[in-house]
Amino acid sequence: MKPAADSAPRRGAEIVDKAQHPLREMVVIFLANRAAMVASIVLSIVVLAAIFGPMLHPVDPFEMVWAPFTPPGQDGFVLGTDYLGRDMLAALLNGGRVSLTIGLVAALMSVFIGISFGALAGFYRGLVEEVLMRITEFFQVLPTLLFSMVIVALFGASLEVVTIAIGVVSWTAVARITRAEFLRIRELEYVTASRAAGASNVTLMTRVILPNALPPIIVQAALMVGSAILFEAGLAFLGLSDPNVVSWGQIIGSNRPYILDAGFTVTIPGLAIFVTVLSISLIGDGLNDALNPKLRAR
Amino acid sequence: MTNSPSTAPLLDVRNLSVQFTTRGGTVTVLDDISFTLERGERISFVGESGCGKSMTALALMGLLPAMGRVSGGQVLFKGEDLTTASPARLRRLRGNEISMIFQEPMTSLNPVFTIGQQISEVLRLHRGVDNAEARDRSVELLQAVRIPDAAARVDDYPHQLSGGQRQRVMIAIALACEPEILIADEPTTALDVTVQAEIFALLRDLGAKLDTAIILITHDMGAVAQMSERMLVMYAGRRVEEGQVANVIKAPAHPYTRGLIACVPHITSDVGALVDTLPEIDGIVPPITRFGRDECLFAPRCAKAADECWSAKPQQSDIAGHSSHSVSCWHPFGTEGSR
Amino acid sequence: MSDKLALDVQNLSVSFPMRGRGADGRRRALLAVDNVNFSIARGKTLGIVGESGSGKTTAAMALARLVPKLAGNITIDGIDFGTLDNEALRQARQRIQIIFQDPYSSLNPRLRAGEIVREPLVYAGETSRAEQDRIIDELFEAVGLRPEQKALFPHQFSGGQRQRIGIARALSTRPSLIICDEPVSALDVAVQAQILNLLKSLQGQFGLTYLFISHDLGVVQHMCDDIAVMYMGQFMEYADRKSFFAAPRHPYSQALLDAVPTIDIGAQPAGGKLVDGEIPDLTLPQTGCRFASRCPHARDVCNGGVPQLQDWPGSTGHRLACHLTGTFATS
Repeated sequence: MKPAADSAPRRGAEIVDKAQHPLREMVVIFLANRAAMVASIVLSIVVLAAIFGPMLHPVDPFEMVWAPFTPPGQDGFVLGTDYLGRDMLAALLNGGRVSLTIGLVAALMSVFIGISFGALAGFYRGLVEEVLMRITEFFQVLPTLLFSMVIVALFGASLEVVTIAIGVVSWTAVARITRAEFLRIRELEYVTASRAAGASNVTLMTRVILPNALPPIIVQAALMVGSAILFEAGLAFLGLSDPNVVSWGQIIGSNRPYILDAGFTVTIPGLAIFVTVLSISLIGDGLNDALNPKLRAR
Repeated sequence: MTNSPSTAPLLDVRNLSVQFTTRGGTVTVLDDISFTLERGERISFVGESGCGKSMTALALMGLLPAMGRVSGGQVLFKGEDLTTASPARLRRLRGNEISMIFQEPMTSLNPVFTIGQQISEVLRLHRGVDNAEARDRSVELLQAVRIPDAAARVDDYPHQLSGGQRQRVMIAIALACEPEILIADEPTTALDVTVQAEIFALLRDLGAKLDTAIILITHDMGAVAQMSERMLVMYAGRRVEEGQVANVIKAPAHPYTRGLIACVPHITSDVGALVDTLPEIDGIVPPITRFGRDECLFAPRCAKAADECWSAKPQQSDIAGHSSHSVSCWHPFGTEGSR
Repeated sequence: MSDKLALDVQNLSVSFPMRGRGADGRRRALLAVDNVNFSIARGKTLGIVGESGSGKTTAAMALARLVPKLAGNITIDGIDFGTLDNEALRQARQRIQIIFQDPYSSLNPRLRAGEIVREPLVYAGETSRAEQDRIIDELFEAVGLRPEQKALFPHQFSGGQRQRIGIARALSTRPSLIICDEPVSALDVAVQAQILNLLKSLQGQFGLTYLFISHDLGVVQHMCDDIAVMYMGQFMEYADRKSFFAAPRHPYSQALLDAVPTIDIGAQPAGGKLVDGEIPDLTLPQTGCRFASRCPHARDVCNGGVPQLQDWPGSTGHRLACHLTGTFATS
């Protein structure tokens, strides 16, 4: 059927669509990934529980409220009590806050450090790149757990120190990815076009190249939240985290001697870590499918 | 397009249609393509990007991407229908009786093997020769494609060769088993024009010597004129015009063919005769989702479009007075040049 | 130096450092552009034609100060562009803009079309936002795009449309010179015609000056007022369009023209075949004509010194770099 005269494509112009930000298609692909969708829902529940849980269940996790080792479901304690008779549910909810916060902040720190190193190295090349990459390699080969233990031993075990300790040892992957993306993108013509138009180096790095380099960095950042949570759990398990706060790792660590008598005190926080980190990994995978390699072609 | 009653054509493609299954649905990439190819004949598929010319070649070779499939028609190679052939049978044919060379010589050759090894590979696979004989044959082939100092260069790696030389190696690999058909998909688009001229000369000479039919896929009318005897013009997955190159270029019947020839600035020594503005074809190629509809897909861009062009797919008609020149258009130009 | 010249380049050379050291112990370097001179009058188009490795794009990038030059003076609209640095250079960049070859990688995929065209204006910093909006609207119309398309992203446009956006971007700061680096080579032929027509009409409308880089002689013939043929970093022939295409004099030019496949099926080649020869190593100093190894007319004299551009006898302005110019002219 012949279309109306003014809707036929004219020279140069086409029937105009609505603007589609390049992210839109990525969201569509992500949402189509069922595992990622389920994981997102699960993670949302975990986060909501961590935020609102302690308010809805205002029990002090350090207070001894009942007999020790009460099994879950008994005497009104949904998750039972631990070896000191403290409420496991309260511990889990408060611990969730701490673990998630540390995971997020440490990951953000790592991303910030990593992007800085990678961007400068990939953009300037030459001596700058050599120096920065050697530093990166130094941190890369460090045994991360030992190094963070050293930091905690030196500066004391507080929330801030632990977060920084984790952030400072985990950034190398982000740096490498950022550098690789910068190396690739700086050769593309639109970067030359911006330079020819008068963009300064800082503008090129931050406003032209970096936004286009983000997709693989985002994926890595998401995965790093998961690994930061595990890392903190490990430190707490070893008794190296802040003793004044409850975290999932700390629950496991303090209940460890009783694992055979009252396994639930260890399994429950363990499951919490497992579910959270798994969800984050699946979301990271979903992000990876959505963000790459479609963007490679652009 | 007529074949004598006693000899069937080497390749007889009948009503070939190919569909792609994408996230958004099914799209018709090739719509009812038919043509024949005789022994030693040289034809061209011409069109712009997305018209389906490369896809036709891939369909012939059974190399459609995973999301594509032949949805109709037959590809009769020496009487055998390749669309129903087993993967094993197709593998025996490829590189052996039907070969293909591609546009990017930089990426078509494996960088970690020498060129001698890559030529030998196809000889060992299809002809079962041993290493020593394969190597001798490789040197002969390199000489045949006019690589200087072939005996020394047979152990070179692809990165040690120039683009033109790599393309010659591709030709050597493709012709090693003396195939009946060579498909060349934009073989010179990535090469300099002087190199292009040499490659075309090489293809013509070798094709004649080995009696190999050549299907040249290109967007360049000049290349068609230099390389082929017959041509097939494609648009939006359909065949719009077909005929002897001399006839089609002198008197194109389809408005698209006419536009395609006119819009390219042709070099002339009489600069005074040049026009300031090149003739244009309005608009752009339709999106792939519109392919396969029962209407003329060129109508939105055609100055001669009328009601019947919007309501039915044009049928093929022969041009009177020109043997084997046919066009799919409701209002083709006459052979005198204008209507 | 006339002030009617939009661009004047003198003695431009570009050298790329390579790995390793040469026989003389010095760091090896590839001389990609060797002492070229050219100029373009305002409103005119100069075409630089060459094959891959000729140095034509390098020369253009060097004069745009995107690639460091070894030597040479670059004057744009009377301003010594070649010696500017830092902030002064950044500011001056608005005078020389580029239209790139690949419509798929020359636009920032994360910016809307309108913002892409706005970018040079932002960096120049001389116009208010409202003024920029007005300029963008004017340019969109001039290049044949609809105003609603300003909000769309590059991937929503076809190749030809993206090239139009690139053209609008190049025009935004009203540059004195626009470098067109193979602007239609990556486009389908029907779209090529549209874009070439657009470039020409814009030139007339805005009085633009083009440096047109291409390997396609047909396009160059259509677009350019003057033509320079470049081979291995040097100009082999430099002439106005009429004179060049009526009778190209340099053997390389003849070979190029001869090699272009023509639809004129009965046409006879012009006799410009190339000899199979080794191309010279540009990391070494050249002692003779670079084209000698492939030239069908090469003689001993061709290896004695680098030929300079000289006028073809009897003409003004048609120059070629060939030791045999005198011989050809009299035969």
